[in-house]
Amino acid sequence: MPAPVITATALTKKYKEFTAVDGISFEVAPGESFGLLGPNGAGKSTTMRMVGAVSTRTSGDLSILGFDPDEFGPEIRSQLGVVPQADNLDTELRVRDNLLVYGRYFGLSRAVIAKRADELLDFAQLADRAKAKVDDLSGGMKRRLTIARALINDPRILLLDEPTTGLDPQARHILWDRLFRLKEQGTTLVLTTHYMDEAEQLCDRLVVVDKGQIMAEGAPAALIREHSSREVLEVRFGSERNAEAAEKVEGIGRLELLPDRILIYSEDGDGALAEVVRRGLTPITSLVRRSSLEDVFLRLTGRTLIE
Amino acid sequence: MSSVRVNPAGPDAAVKIRGSGSVRALYSGNASAVLGRGLLATRSTNWTIVLTGVFEPIFYLLALGIGLGSYVQNVTDPLGNQIPYAAYIAPALLAVSAMNGAIYDSTWNVFFKMHFGKLYEGMLATRLGPLDVALGEISLALLRGAAYGLAFLVVMQVLGLNLSWSAILALPALVVIAFGFASLGMGITSYLKTFQQMNWISFLLLPMFLLSGTFYPLSVYPQVIQFFVQLLPLWHGVELVRGLTTGALAPVMLLHLLYFAVMIAVGLFFTTRRLRALFLD
Repeated sequence: MPAPVITATALTKKYKEFTAVDGISFEVAPGESFGLLGPNGAGKSTTMRMVGAVSTRTSGDLSILGFDPDEFGPEIRSQLGVVPQADNLDTELRVRDNLLVYGRYFGLSRAVIAKRADELLDFAQLADRAKAKVDDLSGGMKRRLTIARALINDPRILLLDEPTTGLDPQARHILWDRLFRLKEQGTTLVLTTHYMDEAEQLCDRLVVVDKGQIMAEGAPAALIREHSSREVLEVRFGSERNAEAAEKVEGIGRLELLPDRILIYSEDGDGALAEVVRRGLTPITSLVRRSSLEDVFLRLTGRTLIE
Repeated sequence: MSSVRVNPAGPDAAVKIRGSGSVRALYSGNASAVLGRGLLATRSTNWTIVLTGVFEPIFYLLALGIGLGSYVQNVTDPLGNQIPYAAYIAPALLAVSAMNGAIYDSTWNVFFKMHFGKLYEGMLATRLGPLDVALGEISLALLRGAAYGLAFLVVMQVLGLNLSWSAILALPALVVIAFGFASLGMGITSYLKTFQQMNWISFLLLPMFLLSGTFYPLSVYPQVIQFFVQLLPLWHGVELVRGLTTGALAPVMLLHLLYFAVMIAVGLFFTTRRLRALFLD
């Protein structure tokens, strides 16, 4: 196995009394697509900032591309591509100029940058917007430009902090397609998300983070297998009656009682629904679906991810 | 009796040493990329705003120097020679024009880039260090100050208000003055968080502009007030430039230069420190 590009050991970040990241350990292999999954405030962004060498750790060890970020911040940053949670494109510059200027920050030659900028505009499907103002771009286009900008220095690791938050479904799918292409080309991706489907689509392996700690680690499918059932039956009886109905369906499978619905974990969702009906209950709505990382998270923390 | 021995340095001792930062971590020798970005942004979006800033001191010169000045007699240069009133206040306004240019870019513009544009956050995620950003941004402000100064110096020449050959030396002096104000301006701005705090800068600049020996000599004030005015940077700028454009050269001008050298160093130090604390901690 090749040496990992990121190694974190008992990584901790404290802000005065508040512990944002509480002793997490993980490794990322070259070419791997690694995800940090967790709700807002779990410590994902703080972890990303430490990995990006723009935030110093309070304790623990961290090695990025073989360097300690405390000692070699500039060396590390020059080999990273960073897509922050909130776009920080340069709104005073045009689309293509954003790429050219950013490349200069890395000290790259103008000729190299110009060539790469054109390739990246094609990649980001923004070639026809090269001279547009950044503020005139849609949310999805801004995000793609931010990703193109992060690739201008041909980074060895691309860090993406909630890359599709706030985008409409179509824009998300375009973005996923672009990220998947990078993954195919062998770019190491590290991303945070609170979308299960995103993690399942893009990550080879992920850690579930809550309150600054790692709750579980593994490939998405393995995590689902380990912490959930194959299928999930969602039934609603109306918020007044859910608790009452929950008592009657006990024993069919593992139950999660949420304010608006009941989740029943089962290998056979349709069979579980038939059993619910056999017990004399008629749900207002019912849905049999494949188990997802959301269910894993619920199982591990007792809370839904997006509150 | 406890047998537990505590390390006197405490468990955090190692943490404090780590990440203390070397020059290499602060500066990648690439301030020109930051300056280049600033020039490109100025050229493509706000060059008209830059242009309007040239005229303010020129209007003061026309209104007070030529207009009001025709009623003012017995004005002397720092060495006691009789000079026209316009030639007395023109160098002061020249220093002010360099100050204004430097202040515009290093205060409000920096404030917006820092808090709304998130420009520095993006820059510091690259190879650039905080000193690259500080130097690049301060250079941009300095260039604007120097450009305003040059424009005003040309106006003075046209109006015959440069009384000596040494007026040409006012140009490098203006660069130094602009550097000082840009550096300190960005240093202070980097610590301010709200519009209210930013307003204090404007509030303090006005009395400094009016009272720093700009329109009349310091000798009209009582001793105590003279002392306070002499602490202000603009007074040093006015005295330095006035000596050069009127030809009243004196060794004390080196002290004015020293004042600005300290101002530049202090501003750079605090800007770098603050950028590091804000974006690399």
